[in-house]
Amino acid sequence: MSTTSAFLTDSTLCIGCKACEVACKEWNGVAADELVWSGLSYDNTLSLGARTWRHVKFVEGISEAGKGGNDPAGSPWNFSSDVCKHCETAGCLEACPTGALVRTEFESVYLQPDVCNGCGYCVVSCPFGVVEKDEEDGRAFKCTFCYDRQKAGLTPACAKVCPTESIQFGELEDLRERAKQRIAELKDRGIGDASVYDPVYSAVQGTHAIFIVRGDQKMYNLPPNPEVPTTYLRAGWTSAAIAAGAMLAGTLIAFLGAGGKRL
Amino acid sequence: MSELPRLRPDVEPEIVPELDKEQRLTLIQRQAMELIPAETSALASAKSGYYELPMLKEPSWSWEIPLYLFVGGAAGASGVIGAVARLSGASPRLVRDARRIAFVGSLVSPVLLISDLGRPARFLAMLRVFKPQSPMSVGVWVLVAFSGGAAAANVGGWLKSHSSYAVLARLMQTAGDFGVLLFGLPLATYTGVLIGATVIPAWNRNISLLPTHFAASGLAASVGLLELMGHRSPALQALGMGAALAETGMGAAIELNPDPAVEPLKHGPSGWLIRVGGVLSGPIPLALRTISLFSKGNRAAKLRKYAAISFVVGSAITRAAWIHAGHVSARESRPA
Repeated sequence: MSTTSAFLTDSTLCIGCKACEVACKEWNGVAADELVWSGLSYDNTLSLGARTWRHVKFVEGISEAGKGGNDPAGSPWNFSSDVCKHCETAGCLEACPTGALVRTEFESVYLQPDVCNGCGYCVVSCPFGVVEKDEEDGRAFKCTFCYDRQKAGLTPACAKVCPTESIQFGELEDLRERAKQRIAELKDRGIGDASVYDPVYSAVQGTHAIFIVRGDQKMYNLPPNPEVPTTYLRAGWTSAAIAAGAMLAGTLIAFLGAGGKRL
Repeated sequence: MSELPRLRPDVEPEIVPELDKEQRLTLIQRQAMELIPAETSALASAKSGYYELPMLKEPSWSWEIPLYLFVGGAAGASGVIGAVARLSGASPRLVRDARRIAFVGSLVSPVLLISDLGRPARFLAMLRVFKPQSPMSVGVWVLVAFSGGAAAANVGGWLKSHSSYAVLARLMQTAGDFGVLLFGLPLATYTGVLIGATVIPAWNRNISLLPTHFAASGLAASVGLLELMGHRSPALQALGMGAALAETGMGAAIELNPDPAVEPLKHGPSGWLIRVGGVLSGPIPLALRTISLFSKGNRAAKLRKYAAISFVVGSAITRAAWIHAGHVSARESRPA
C-alpha cells in the first residue's frame, strides 16, 4: 500500500522568513519573480503561480492597540506558507487532456512538464488558483511536492529548510492527528481562534496539504467549499445532448418542412 | 544658530545637532510621508479575502480560443445543415457550400488551437489519450473526427462532379455526411461544457445554459454565412428564426439571473459585450427576419442580408464576451 505524503503548515509557528520560497526555487530550479513592491504587508510574492510554488502570506487584519502578533485574544498579523493542496479529488488532474497531470505513488498530483502542452485547462480547473501557465515557456507549472526528493527518500525542500517546523512533512493521517493535538494545545494556552483547514467535506474530498490558521480561514483566501469542475459534467453534457437534439430536430423540420424546395 | 527643541531638557546633550542636518531629516521624513497612500491599504478580511487578491487564476487562453469557439461552432452547425440538406434533397449548391464551411472551419480550428499552444506537437500531445472526464479531451477528438468527415464529404462531392467514380463519390459523401452529422452536433455544443465545467463562477453557474446557448450561436453563424453566400431558402429562414428566438431567450435568461456570481455577464465592459453579442444574435435578426417575411423582392433580400451579418457578428462577439467575462469573474473571485 502506498503512503499518502502530506504537508501540515502551521501558521502559528511561521515567522515569515520565506526560506521555503527560496529553498523551493533553488531546489527546483524555478526562475526568480520580477520584484514588485506590493504594499500589502510584507508580501511581495502575492500568489502561487507558474514560478511560485510556495508563497508566504502575511495576513494583516485590523490591528488594535496593545495586541501583538501572538496575542491569544486575536492576532492582527499572521504568516502562513501556502502551497499546492494536492487534492484528494483534483480538478486539474481530471481536466488535463494530455495525461501530463498524474497521481504519484505518494498520492501527490504531479505535472509532467515533458507531456504538458500548455492548453491551460488545468488553470481554470483549480479551485485554489495554484496552477498557472508560464507565458514565456508556454506550459503550466505547479508544486511537484518534490517528487524527485521523495523518490530518494528525502523531505521536500520547503519542509527541510523551515526553521520553526511550521512546515511539517509526513503521512496524511499522522499529520491530521498532529494538527488536532496542536489545536488542543493552542486552546490550552488561551489561543481559541486557531483551526485546521482540511476541506474533507467538499468536492475535493480533502487535501494533502493541510493548514493551521488563526482567525477566519477566508482571510487566507482558503475557500470553505473548493470545487471540482467534474461535478458540472452531468448537467453540462445533459444540456449539450438536449441542445444537439434540438439542433438536429430544428434542422430536420426546417428542411423537410420546406419540402426539399430547390431554392 | 537657534536652539532646537530638546526631548529631555534636564539632560545636557553630548552632541549639539546642526540645524541644516536636522532640516535634512525633516525633509526626508516629509518625502517618506508622501509615499504613504492616501487611502489605507487593503486588509485581509473574511469578506474580501486576502487583500482582495483573486482566489482563482484567470484563463490563460489567447485570442485564438474565442475565435475558435466561433469558427468551431459555425463549422459544426454547417456540417449538420449540409448533411440534413442533402438528406432532404435541398439544392446541391447549398449542400456544397455548407460542407465547404464545415471543411474550412475544421481546417482553421486546429490552426487556431496550435497557434494558442505554440507548436504543432503540442496539439498532437492531446491525441495520445482519450479522457471522457475532460471536456477538452473529448472536444479535441470530436474536432478530429469532424475534420475527417468534412474532408470525406467534400472530396466525395468533388469526385461526383469532376470524375466518373460515381460509386466511390457516393460512398464518400454518405460516410462523410454521417461523420459530419454525428460529430458536428457535439462540436457545436461541447464548447459550452468546456467552459462551463470549470471553477470560473460566471461560467459554471451557467453550465446548463451554455451548451444550448453556444449551439444556437453556432447555428446562427452558420445560417448567416450561408445566407451571405447567396442562399435564400425558406429552410434557412426558418432555422434563422429559430436560432434568433433561442438567442433572445438566452439573453433574457442571462439578464434575469439574480446570482451575484454572474455579475460580470451583466455589468461593466464584459456585461455590455455579452449584451451587444446577444442583441445582435437575438432580437435584431429576429425583427429583421420577421419584417422580411412581409416584404417583397429586393427589400426582403436586403433585410435577410442584414440579419445574416448581424448573426455572424453577434455570434463572434458572444464568444469573445463569454471568455472576457470569465477573466473578470476570476479576477473578482473571493473565498465564499
